[in-house]
Amino acid sequence: MAEFFNKTMARNIYFGGSVFFVLLFLALTFDTHRQLPQTDNRGEITEQTSLGKRVWEENNCIGCHTLLGEGAYFAPELGNVYERYGRSTEAIKAFIKSRPEGGIPGRRSMPQFNLSDEELEALAQFLKYVNGIDTGDWPPNIQG
Amino acid sequence: MTYETQAVAKPYFIAAIGLFVAQVLFGLILGMQYVVGDFLFPEIPFNVARMVHTNLLIVWLLFGFMGASYFLVPEEAERELHSPKLAMILFWTFLIAGALTIIGYLFVPYAGLAKMTGNEFLPTMGREFLEQPSITKIGIVIVALGFVYNITMTVLAGRKTVVNVVLITGLVGLAVMFLFSFVNPDNLVLDKYYWWWVVHLWVEGVWELILGSILAYVLIKTTGVDREVVEKWLYVIIAMALITGIIGTGHHYFWIGTPGYWLWLGSIFSALEPIPFFLMTIFAFNMVNQRRRDHPNKAAVLWAMGTGVMAFLGAGVWGFMHTLAPVNYFTHGTQITAAHGHMAFYGAYAMIVMCIISYAMPIMRGRVANGRRAQVVEMWSFWLMTVAMVFITLFLTAAGVLQVWLQRYSDSPQPFMVVQDQIALFYWMREGAGVVFMIGLMLYLISFWVKEPEPVGATA
Ligand code: HEC
Ligand code: HEM
Ligand code: HEM
Ligand SMILES: [Fe+2]
Repeated sequence: MAEFFNKTMARNIYFGGSVFFVLLFLALTFDTHRQLPQTDNRGEITEQTSLGKRVWEENNCIGCHTLLGEGAYFAPELGNVYERYGRSTEAIKAFIKSRPEGGIPGRRSMPQFNLSDEELEALAQFLKYVNGIDTGDWPPNIQG
Repeated sequence: MTYETQAVAKPYFIAAIGLFVAQVLFGLILGMQYVVGDFLFPEIPFNVARMVHTNLLIVWLLFGFMGASYFLVPEEAERELHSPKLAMILFWTFLIAGALTIIGYLFVPYAGLAKMTGNEFLPTMGREFLEQPSITKIGIVIVALGFVYNITMTVLAGRKTVVNVVLITGLVGLAVMFLFSFVNPDNLVLDKYYWWWVVHLWVEGVWELILGSILAYVLIKTTGVDREVVEKWLYVIIAMALITGIIGTGHHYFWIGTPGYWLWLGSIFSALEPIPFFLMTIFAFNMVNQRRRDHPNKAAVLWAMGTGVMAFLGAGVWGFMHTLAPVNYFTHGTQITAAHGHMAFYGAYAMIVMCIISYAMPIMRGRVANGRRAQVVEMWSFWLMTVAMVFITLFLTAAGVLQVWLQRYSDSPQPFMVVQDQIALFYWMREGAGVVFMIGLMLYLISFWVKEPEPVGATA
């Protein structure tokens, strides 16, 4: 690099730049918090969806599925599965409940989690709540 | 070796390599499950193999970063490590905690593991990359604190070079950002918002400081280029990394329920994120071209240049490919993401760890560099692994393009599972490339035992 650009200048850009952008990021985070109530569907968050989220986490569903496009790419997107299953929590529950213990020969299989009725209902309600988040029209279509 | 205590790096490097082998083994299992759906089902379901694969990756890279620090910080600071004993205690703590966690994943159903470890009291489990039981997470924080303390005390009492200060900044940042893994609100949008503070602000933030400083150190040592020049480069690189990377987090805030301005901010700033990676490539090649000496460790220099190129390709080029919101709308959460994740992690972080191991290990074994034969084997392993990773990335990219087309873009979008069947050929080829990668890795292991016909090189 050219001589006129010395180490001290480089260091000042580093310090100044980082401090500025950290502060900007914090300000944007603050603003995001302010605006989230309009999009994050918090009106539908209940004790049941919170339990559903816990069931979701404690069975590591994210290890095979994406949820709003994040997670693993081995199994279908679930952020819009409520929509895909005809807005029926019953259909979602039926699917999860009916997974065979030993899997489906030759096919990618989902485990049988042996969830209680309460857990199943909570999980389905959680997926319904996620479906209601305003994601800027993502995914592009029903297939996720 | 200039300082005796640098030797604590050795077990860290050995552990890193061992865990790397296990990681890739589980990668091959995953690759198989992609095409033979019921492979190892229900004994090792895909999600379990995946956590093992990704968590081993993180853990071996952390071992690598710690080993690198224990090796280079004393030398840069020109004094012995503050406490080699603490370093060894933390080594065993981390290794045992890590092993127990992996064993837990493999032998206890995940829900059972959550129960056993009291996830209900501090729920942090079940999120990608952060699957560890909360107690393991606390252990990681303790190990990180002890480690940062040890390193900082060493530097405070000695010479404060730019390499050391940048490295410590990166390590402190790593520990601090990890604290956000304890943030897990019931509001999914907020959960995701802060999840990225760990994942994105690690790999596209503070880890780049660690990467840059290790690279700078190896280049100073192997090329003999003036420290002033190297330090200026290092400052420019990390300045660009943070200036682009912090707001660049926005490229993950497109479709998760966050405000619309992130579409613009995330696209613009993350489009600039390739700059620091490009600078790293130029930096490595420039320093080698301007070298004042020919270091006998050719393999270490190869790794240094390789990491420059591959980090730029994986993070810079493959990252840019899907980072603009209109593109990401279609590629979000597809095999394109997987392609990018693989090449970026390998090119930037796996390779820099192998670079410092390549430089430091011979010195810790009492020679400036390995003999010619061992280096030839090591360079073969470099090429096999790197070319295999290029092919893994290309096959996944092809699979991803088809997936996007069939499932998201065409007029009659098809269901996920139907599409997966149609692109299975590319998954087979990925698995083939994965096997080649494993062969390269085996060769890498072998290179540590290759004996020379006659003694060569100077002694340390
Ligand atoms: C080991 C991997 C794996 C895990 C873990 C897993 N799933 Fe699945 N899941 C699958 C696969 C594979 C399919 C597609 C099955 C098929 O089409 O035959 C699927 C399908 C589904 C579907 C239907 C999606 C559709 O569009 O047809 C729902 C709903 C679902 N999973 C929910 C869950 C929930 C909730 C959890 C966590 C409790 C979970 N899954 C955990 C692999 C997994
Ligand atoms: C060599 C053989 C390898 C194979 C066959 C393989 C296969 C896989 C598979 C199938 C997944 C899961 C993808 C999904 O969620 O559907 C995965 C995830 C991942 N692997 Fe590998 N892997 C290999 C090596 C590596 C290496 C060497 C690295 C890094 C140095 C790596 C880093 C990752 C990362 C970061 C993820 C998570 C990706 C994401 O979330 O987008 N893998 N791997
Ligand atoms: C060494 C640095 C980098 C590493 C290790 C890395 C790794 C990863 C990984 C593992 C993911 C998947 C996360 C998940 O599981 O959801 C990801 C996602 C992503 N990365 Fe990177 N990355 C790096 C740099 C970059 C850069 C520089 C860019 C942009 C130019 C970029 C753009 C993206 C984007 C847009 C996504 C989201 C993909 C999606 O929507 O599914 N990355 N990265
Ligand atoms: Fe990112």
